[in-house]
Amino acid sequence: MSLTAAQRFHAYANPARFMALSERLLAPLSVLTLLTLGAGLWFALFSSPPDYQQGETVRIMYVHVPSAWLAMLGYSVMALASAVALIFRHPLADVAAKSAAPIGAAFTFLALATGSLWGKPMWGTWWEWDARMTSVLILFFLYLGYMALWATIEDPLRAARAAAVLALAGAINIPVIRYSVVWWNTLHQPASVFRMDGPTIAPSMLLPLGLMAAGFTLLFFTLHLVRMRAEIMRRRVRNLRLARADEGGL
Amino acid sequence: MEEFFHMGGYAAYVWTSYGLAAAVILALVWQSLCDWRRQSSLAAELEKAAGGRVRRAAAPAREDDR
Repeated sequence: MSLTAAQRFHAYANPARFMALSERLLAPLSVLTLLTLGAGLWFALFSSPPDYQQGETVRIMYVHVPSAWLAMLGYSVMALASAVALIFRHPLADVAAKSAAPIGAAFTFLALATGSLWGKPMWGTWWEWDARMTSVLILFFLYLGYMALWATIEDPLRAARAAAVLALAGAINIPVIRYSVVWWNTLHQPASVFRMDGPTIAPSMLLPLGLMAAGFTLLFFTLHLVRMRAEIMRRRVRNLRLARADEGGL
Repeated sequence: MEEFFHMGGYAAYVWTSYGLAAAVILALVWQSLCDWRRQSSLAAELEKAAGGRVRRAAAPAREDDR
C-alpha cells in the first residue's frame, strides 16, 4: 500500500514512530557531532593562521559565528514548527518548537558573550547599541519570553497555541538580524561567508569556520532530538497521572 | 606550547570565549540527558503502577485509532 503525501506527513507525526526513528538516529548523530567538532577545534586552535589584522583573536570567530548561526537556526526551527502546529495541528510540531527554544537561547547567549569578548580587544568596547547587536539581544529576550510562556501555562495545548503566536510574531526579527548590517551603518562587519559574490575570507580560515559550523549544527539537531524525546515522555507522564486521577486512585 | 596558550597576548579573550562555550554546551547536554532520563523513568514507573489499565489512554494516539 502506498501512502499519499498527507498520510506520510501524519505517519511521521506519530510519536511512537518518532521515538523509534530518533532512537536509531541518536548514536550515529552523536558520533558524527563529536568527530566534526573535534576536527573543527583542531583547525580552529592549532592548524590555522592568525589574522593579519585581528591576530589570534580571529579564533574567537570560530565559536562566535557558528553560535550566531545556531541562534538564527533555532529560532527558524521554532517559528516554522509553530506555524505547522497552528495550521496543521501536527502533534509533534509544538514538541519540536518547545524543544528548540532552550538550545537557541543558549547559543544566542554564546554569540553575544563571545562577540563581546572579541569586541573589547578589537573595537575597544564590550558593547555598542548598533543594529546587529541590539537585534540579537532582542532575539535572546524573545527566546526567554517564549520559554516563560510555556512555563506559566499548565495545559500543554493552550501553552502551545499562545507560545506559537509569540514565536511567529517574533519571527520578523530574523530578517532584521540578517540584513541589519546592510540596512544600517553598524559597527558589526557585513557578511563574509554567505554573500552573493561568494565568501571573502581566506580558505585557511574558511575550513575551521565551516567545520565548526557543521559541528555546531549537528550538535543542535542531536540535542533537539534528545529534548523532543524528553518532552514526549513528559507528556506521557502527565497523561498517566491524569488517567490515574480519573480512576479515583490518588 | 607556551606561545600557544599565550595567544599573541589575547589569551584572556580567546580562552574565556572557548571556556564559556564549552561550559554552556556541556551544561545544555547534561541538562537534556538528565531530563530525558528522569521523564522516561517516571513514565515507566507510572505505567508499571497502572498495570496496563491506563496504557491505552496514556499511549500516544495510533493511526488505527482514528
